[in-house]
Amino acid sequence: MNDTIITENLSHCFGAHTVLDKLSFKVQEGEVFGLLGPSGAGKTTLIKILTGQLTQTDGHASLLGADTRKLGREEHAGIGAMMDNFGLYERLSVYDNLAFYAEIYQVPHRQIAKMVTDILKSMKLYDSRKTAVSGLSKGMKNRLSLARALMNHAKVLFLDEPTSGLDPATTREIHDVLREQKAKGTTIFLTTHNMFEAESLCDHVGLLSGGHLIEYGEPDEICRKYNHLNRIEITLKNGETITLTNDCTAAAPLANYLEREEISAIHSTEPTLESVFIELTGKGLD
Amino acid sequence: MKHVIAIFKKQLKDTVKNKAVLIQFIMFPVMTLIMNNAIQINDLPKNFFVLLFAAMYIGMAPLTALSAIIAEEKEQNTLRVLLMSNVRPTAYLLGTGSYVWICCLLGSAVICFAGSYTPKERIFFMLTMSVGIFASLLLGAAIGTYSKTQMMATSLMVPVMIFFSFLPMLSLFNNTIAKVAKFTYSEQIRLALSEIGDPHISGESVCIVAANMLLFAGLFLTAYKKTLSADA
Repeated sequence: MNDTIITENLSHCFGAHTVLDKLSFKVQEGEVFGLLGPSGAGKTTLIKILTGQLTQTDGHASLLGADTRKLGREEHAGIGAMMDNFGLYERLSVYDNLAFYAEIYQVPHRQIAKMVTDILKSMKLYDSRKTAVSGLSKGMKNRLSLARALMNHAKVLFLDEPTSGLDPATTREIHDVLREQKAKGTTIFLTTHNMFEAESLCDHVGLLSGGHLIEYGEPDEICRKYNHLNRIEITLKNGETITLTNDCTAAAPLANYLEREEISAIHSTEPTLESVFIELTGKGLD
Repeated sequence: MKHVIAIFKKQLKDTVKNKAVLIQFIMFPVMTLIMNNAIQINDLPKNFFVLLFAAMYIGMAPLTALSAIIAEEKEQNTLRVLLMSNVRPTAYLLGTGSYVWICCLLGSAVICFAGSYTPKERIFFMLTMSVGIFASLLLGAAIGTYSKTQMMATSLMVPVMIFFSFLPMLSLFNNTIAKVAKFTYSEQIRLALSEIGDPHISGESVCIVAANMLLFAGLFLTAYKKTLSADA
């Protein structure tokens, strides 16, 4: 497997403010990589650097084998992007937005109508093709933005908060599309502060806080690493909830509740990426 | 070139639905037609309203339209997505700039045909207008590129627009203002158009218009570099 994205000691400052501090990680071809962090952690800045819109202050970054400071036509043609605030032309119709990008991606003229129609049908937007983007719901805008990102059959997709603020049904639809893309071998780089999204979609995740990559690895692996956060949660018949550390110290109180037949429900709470993040930074992902 | 054409076509579709920009292109040509036909005063100089509105059109329409379009694209994030899609900044500026330039030339043609000119004078009129529109486009591009939002673009553009579009008109009535106004490209364009029957372009006029353009190009490059280095 080739590395699609490589960063080595990547740093970026805006004036005296360090936004990214010596980030080093790799994203392999066909992998889904999730960058988790709260707002202002530097996620969007990192996407800008990786897509060649911003030049880093220090360190090295490469995309599809090319230095991100010198991305050429070939590398740009391999990028699909879905930004956090859509980047759609609000007055143009759904169809015209995609037809415009088909022209930008230099799809032959006679193929544009079929291509746009096909992608609108696959994203369940065909019935709204004549609607101006300003008249779409947030979920529909998200799907349209994703449709645009998929139009050029990108080798690598950059998705900035792809399901932020969406209802569960639309989120599931978008996740299904991303799984299809992964099955086709597309590398996906997504930023999110939704731990469930990261756990269910990503092969690897990075936790970003204050410009530092504070943890990196497979979601399960990270959670196992912080297994000392594992708890036993007991709900008593009187409605009271008791949380015990999942180790030998829990044996005595647990036996006590069992003997008195006071337990209504019992389950263990494994560490999640969010609890790991809180453990590491003292604050949540939102 | 394909990107330039695609952006041009997109802009055409978008402007039809964007009344704020559309009105910039048609307001002065329509006003010229109305005023030229409605107001008949014996002592009024020949083509008075044509010259007046032509200079105001140059100082207003290209500047406001281009700065509004660029600022909106920045604010809505569409410019970032375009640049991520292998569109070069020069292709974007050429597509958008040429669109505004052509729209303004069409408006200028209406203003020109409202006046009483010979075919040769009409050609000179249009050439002079095209130079003025180009200068205004440079300034509009600088304001649009510098501004992060449409609101910011408007607050910067309005005083600049008033300065360049109203000075030529005010210079007709006040000699002191005329002395200041002569250093602006819009006043030089008005002067060139007012001498259309006896066209002679002085070196001073050429220098003033060129200096204005250089200044605007410098402002644009500064704004562009600032945008590249900032979190825009």
